[in-house]
Order: sequence, then structure tokens, then C-alpha cells
Amino acid sequence: MAWTRDDMCRRAAAELKDGYYANLGIGMPTMVANFVPEGIKVTLQSENGMLGMGPFPTEDEIDPDLINAGKQTISELPESVYFDSAASFAMIRGGHIDLSILGALQVAGNGDLANWMIPGKMVKGMGGAMDLVAGVKRVVVMMDHNAKDGTAKLVESCSLPLTGQGVVDLVITDLAVFAIEGGALQLIEAATGVGIDEIRDRTDASFTH
Amino acid sequence: MSKVYADAKSALDGLLEDDMTVLAGGFGLCGTPENLIVALRESGVKGLTVVSNNCGIDDFGLGLLLQTRQIKKMISSYVGENAIFAKQYLNGELELEFNPQGTLAERCRAGGAGIAAFYTRTGVGTVVAEGKETRDFDGQTYVMETGLVGDLAMVKAWKGDAEGNLVYRKTARNFNPPMATAGRATVAEVEELVAVGSLDPDHIHTPGIFVQRIIQGAAYEKRIERRTTRD
Repeated sequence: MAWTRDDMCRRAAAELKDGYYANLGIGMPTMVANFVPEGIKVTLQSENGMLGMGPFPTEDEIDPDLINAGKQTISELPESVYFDSAASFAMIRGGHIDLSILGALQVAGNGDLANWMIPGKMVKGMGGAMDLVAGVKRVVVMMDHNAKDGTAKLVESCSLPLTGQGVVDLVITDLAVFAIEGGALQLIEAATGVGIDEIRDRTDASFTH
Repeated sequence: MSKVYADAKSALDGLLEDDMTVLAGGFGLCGTPENLIVALRESGVKGLTVVSNNCGIDDFGLGLLLQTRQIKKMISSYVGENAIFAKQYLNGELELEFNPQGTLAERCRAGGAGIAAFYTRTGVGTVVAEGKETRDFDGQTYVMETGLVGDLAMVKAWKGDAEGNLVYRKTARNFNPPMATAGRATVAEVEELVAVGSLDPDHIHTPGIFVQRIIQGAAYEKRIERRTTRD
């Protein structure tokens, strides 16, 4: 059985370690915050200028001056700190963030990532994604194994414009988990009941296991 | 010479000309110079190159300047919130230069600090690096990005004083401090103009040397883009 979104978030949260500073991307990666394992402390960075991001606010706590990188209202914690965009990306680019979890359109077996642009469609921009993948120590991608039309998203070579070259360390899909080391893709876990043949059928990139 | 002006219109008087470059602080609709944007629209200045992380929404923030076709070019990292933007861009009426968010912030920081250019790993091997110089340091490839200076920077702070000292609030700080340093003229609008001496000198985010003119904004709508709550 393929993993649910909650299963994927739980698996991604297992990458978090005590004391980590982490940046969670927009969409499913944001939900990983709800699955941080008991007993470890993880500090979330939001690239618009906050460390120690709290949960969504109650109705009474809503503050237009307090949003996350997805422009959602959020709340602060006792340890929260604010800073400007240049300082925020000094943290990101300077290698001070331990882990970044992002979504993807395509990941290549060599770790190339495409997640910001589909030519011919309205292009919204890369936001902070190129900085995050260039500077954060470990980059984890969460994505559906296949696109809605069934095409593979784990590919031999990205056809879409890149966000970064050779930047992805781990890929979590609804079928499996892959590690990328030294430019090579390796299957390291599969969802219960999902066989290697199904994974091979639905993956364009070659991989070892 | 006082830096304090009566309102947004008078604070921009004499600083505007067609085809100028304007830096505008804010991230999404958070920490945007709401009052100065309206005054810029009412001035009728056109052919603007606007540097801002986003371009507002259709009926608020920088989107107001799209309605009136005063913007010729945007330099941004993300513009997805805006139907007028998409229409003008796809029609070829609006130029767009994407900069990664951190590169955009650093270009302003560098410009304001007298740094002509810097090397970053961000964007190497992507369309962002096309046509730009690259150079290897310690076995890693970096791309050269240039510092950015605007004819005018418009920033929004929480509190400020007549010296131009500014204090921001929460995530409304974002691009405002680096942009405040990178304007040939910088105009700040604040929610509260306070007496000189009442801001703790250890807690000032933007020292007044970077700010030439300051106003207390007439009103702040502070519109929320994505209202999300927990139970």
C-alpha cells in the first residue's frame, strides 16, 4: 500500500535530529512540523525572517505582522527571533541550517532538482528555493512518486529548468525512500506491500537497492 | 533640515522621475510601504523599474501600480499572487527579472554597503546564472551577482524618529533594512513617529543615516494574504 501524506510527513520528520535548525517548504513539507518526534528540540526557520516559528495562531492571536514564507499567519514562541531578509539568507546560504524539506516537480538520479518552473505556464518564481538548496547542509525532497498524468518524477535527467545541480540528498515519495550519494540513486525503503517491480515500473531514473 | 514630512505625497516631492528604479520593502503584503505606494501611484510617474520580493495583489500594494501601467519592469523572486501581473507579463507589456530571494536581499545589502558584486553558489547551473561570470573557490563553483542601488527606496517600519532611526516589528522587517541602505534617497513610513530619545539606541534596526525622509503613515490596512488559524 502506498504511503499516505501523514505517513510521508512522519517519515520526513524522522530526518530531524535533536538541536536541528530546519526550514520547511510550502505545502506538504510545512505539515512535517506536526510530526516532530517526542523528546527532540527542532527550531524552525522561516526565510522571510524568523527563527523559532510557532504553530498557526488562534483567532485572537492573528497578527498581520507575523507570517511565514507561505504568507500564512503564524504565532511566535518564547524563543522566537526576527531578522531581516539579508540575515535570513546568510543563515541559509552560509550553511547554518541543518535540514531543508521541499517539494519537487522532478528529481534526477544525480541529485538535480527542478521545482520552480514549467515552461509555457505562468512562472511564479523561485522564491528562496535556489538559495535553500545551494546552502542548507541536507536537502530532503517530498513528492508524489508520479505526476497526476502518471509520468515519472524521479528521472534520469531533469527536462524542466533546474533549481539546483546535484543538491538533493534524500527523496521521500508515496512509494519509497531513496538516498542520493555521490551522484547515485539508491532505494533504501519501500512502503509496505510495494514491490521493487512496481517501483522500477514507475521510476525513470536507474537506481540500486 | 528636518527629515520629517507631513504626508506621503510631500515626502516624495522632487524625488520622482519617469524610468527611475524604486526599491520597495515588504514580503507579500507584510511590511509594505502602503502609504508611499499610493502616493507613487497618484504622482503618475511611469516607466518604473520596481525591485521588490513580490508585486502585491491586484487591488493592494504594488498591484495598484500595475493597474495604472506605471511599472515597466519588476525585479522579484516570486510574483504568483497577482492576476493583472500575469496578464501584463504574458502580453509582453511588463518585463520581469527573477532573482532568487536571498540573492535579491544580498544585492540590496551589497549595493547599500558599496560592494559592487559578490559570488554566491545560489543559482549555479540554472537559468539564473546564464550570461553571468562564474568562478571556482575551494573546488566549488560560484556565480557573480552585482550589488543593486535604487534611485528611491521606500520602506515601512513600526516606529521611527525625526533622525530617521527605525524599528521594525516581527516579520514585517524582511527586505526593509537592506533596501533602506540601498536607495540614493530613502523614504521611510512608520506607524508611530516617536520623540527622539524614546527609542533605545541599542534596539534601533536601521540607523537614521540611511533615511533621508520620514512620515507617519496616515492609516494602515495591513491586509492579510492567507489567514490560517488553529482551533
